Amino acid sequence: MDGSADPPLVEVSDLSVEFVSREATVHAVNSISFAARRGEVLCILGESGSGKSVTLRSLIRLLPRNARVDGSVRVNGRDVLAMGARELRDLRGGLVAMVFQEPMTALDPVYTIGQQISETVRRHIAGDRQAARERALELLELVGIPSAGRRLDAYPHELSGGLRQRAIIAMALSCNPQLLLADEPTTALDATVQVQVLILLRRLQRELGMGMIFVTHDLGVAAEIADTIAVMYAGRIVETGPVAQVLSDPLHPYTAGLLASTVHGQHRDRDIDAIPGSPPDMRRLPQGCSFAPRCTRRSAACRTIVPEPRFPSPGRMVSCLNLPVRVE
Amino acid sequence: MALAPLLDPLVIDPRDRGGPAQPLLIARELRKHFPVKGARGKSVQAVDGVSFTVRKGETLGIVGESGCGKSTLARLLLHLVVPDDGELVFDGEAVGTSGGIAINALRRQVQIVFQDSYSSLNPRMPVRDSVAFGPFIQGRKKAEARDIARDILAKVGLDADLFGPRYPHELSGGQKQRVNIARALATGPRMVILDEPVSALDKSVEAQVLNLLRALKRQLNLTYVFISHDLNVVRYISDRVLVMYLGRVVELGPVEMIFDRPLHPYTRALLASRPSMDPARRIEEPPIIGDPPNPIDPPSGCRFRTRCPFAEPVCESTAPPLGEWLGMTSHIAACHMQDPGSGHSRAGRA
Repeated sequence: MDGSADPPLVEVSDLSVEFVSREATVHAVNSISFAARRGEVLCILGESGSGKSVTLRSLIRLLPRNARVDGSVRVNGRDVLAMGARELRDLRGGLVAMVFQEPMTALDPVYTIGQQISETVRRHIAGDRQAARERALELLELVGIPSAGRRLDAYPHELSGGLRQRAIIAMALSCNPQLLLADEPTTALDATVQVQVLILLRRLQRELGMGMIFVTHDLGVAAEIADTIAVMYAGRIVETGPVAQVLSDPLHPYTAGLLASTVHGQHRDRDIDAIPGSPPDMRRLPQGCSFAPRCTRRSAACRTIVPEPRFPSPGRMVSCLNLPVRVE
Repeated sequence: MALAPLLDPLVIDPRDRGGPAQPLLIARELRKHFPVKGARGKSVQAVDGVSFTVRKGETLGIVGESGCGKSTLARLLLHLVVPDDGELVFDGEAVGTSGGIAINALRRQVQIVFQDSYSSLNPRMPVRDSVAFGPFIQGRKKAEARDIARDILAKVGLDADLFGPRYPHELSGGQKQRVNIARALATGPRMVILDEPVSALDKSVEAQVLNLLRALKRQLNLTYVFISHDLNVVRYISDRVLVMYLGRVVELGPVEMIFDRPLHPYTRALLASRPSMDPARRIEEPPIIGDPPNPIDPPSGCRFRTRCPFAEPVCESTAPPLGEWLGMTSHIAACHMQDPGSGHSRAGRA
């Protein structure tokens, strides 16, 4: 992992996102900082409401109107939060592309797959209809859609879930993005199809040398695809590190709790070590560490102080006041 | 939480008619095809000749991918969807026939918990009323039904004074699912069908609900049918496992056998598709390619043959039988490779 002279592909610092409505303010993302490098897969792992999808969407400012964004987001050295509408349109689908969770709703039901891919190609790379169609065909073959020529003229409803997701990936890749954002792209798929799409994404990311930020709630999926993992809880990144290290030696009590409570080969006669309680209300976050009310390691200070990030070893970050003794 | 047993597991349930060896539920050749609007003569073959038994006190896990018919099967067991064909026998009594057990009586003893915890509760009813509704409708007095609701809410770990007056939208997903479990248990069922009960929950909450389900099963002497697409969860909670593919049973057996020595190529592929949880042992090649076919027009013969690496002409011409049921630990699979007389070149070797 060299390239330290290069600026990171993505550099986020002190990003906060709030959703303001008449009744309440939802503190979805609370002052997070992270970086992602070219040619690497960063997995953002978190449960529902942890702010992982909002973080991902912030990178291309794909947020509703009532969102209040603060901090800085730089992609390829350019300040995304300062971009005008035209620049933003060029960024989305050009330098940065996105794959969504729901393959049916991310496609327009009244246009064929070929038309939808061609449209993107022609928007970003000038070209005539025929050239765009040829590019679309090439892309469908790249993502492993069988009899791609025929599928070019298929409507979304004529494809299975797995093929639809492949078509969306093809569309995302159409303008050679340097950064691919993936928001739970395999969650809606069946197990046997999910693994096919994961292998495909990994292969494409490597072959095309893209950076990828992959959002998931599933530890198993993260283990399959991530180089680096960032664990989010209640709108904050609580732990970051190389995936193998984080999964084998979690430092934050939430990461450890998540690993212990994920069912994978536990003894049938014993209870699973569940994390007690439930995630906090994002409208009324507790003072101090948001995980403290559910934490077995908490001390009095956890209730008042938001822990600063600490860097116990190269590449690893954890925000916790009470780290295991071996780390201290 | 304090949990007093309603029934001591050592005392035989007074409702037990057939004795411990009588399966609590027998399903024989259940079939349900849903006609497709606008396409004459076409139908979704959701459940197509499914037979199995559920023993008293066990947890039978049912796994399969979307469209395999597992949720339709769950509804057939309660007659929430009326089967086109086939027979259900509950504790020795045929369901819905004269001289057998009536549907209403069946539903007193068999309850269901659905995946979507929000849409299964009445949004305009405080949850204590939702829980009390079942016992009330089944003839208990209002005050009695309320007491049952209080008791059962405590059993699922919810303080009845604190949570009882709340409406579903005021609860978290895990709390709502606890209410649904309480609602199902309020009529004092012997069997609970759990249709993806933890799939919509976050992992940290999923573990809590699984622990709760296991504790309740012990305390209340329950029998579970646990439907899930998550093989890790099924392995943890089930005694026996039934694997479905496109409306048919492909394999059935004790949980250790299914997971350690799977017989059917589909079961093997399904198991091999599980993420390893270890970045050093990633899946490099997809175990099978493609998607499950459309259940409107399923392949002839063995329905898995279009994705099976071992498919031969016999798989196209003949549907493989599920094999013969042999005693309590029987492990059976519907595959021509299991049947030495099938004509498949790998028969008896795989």
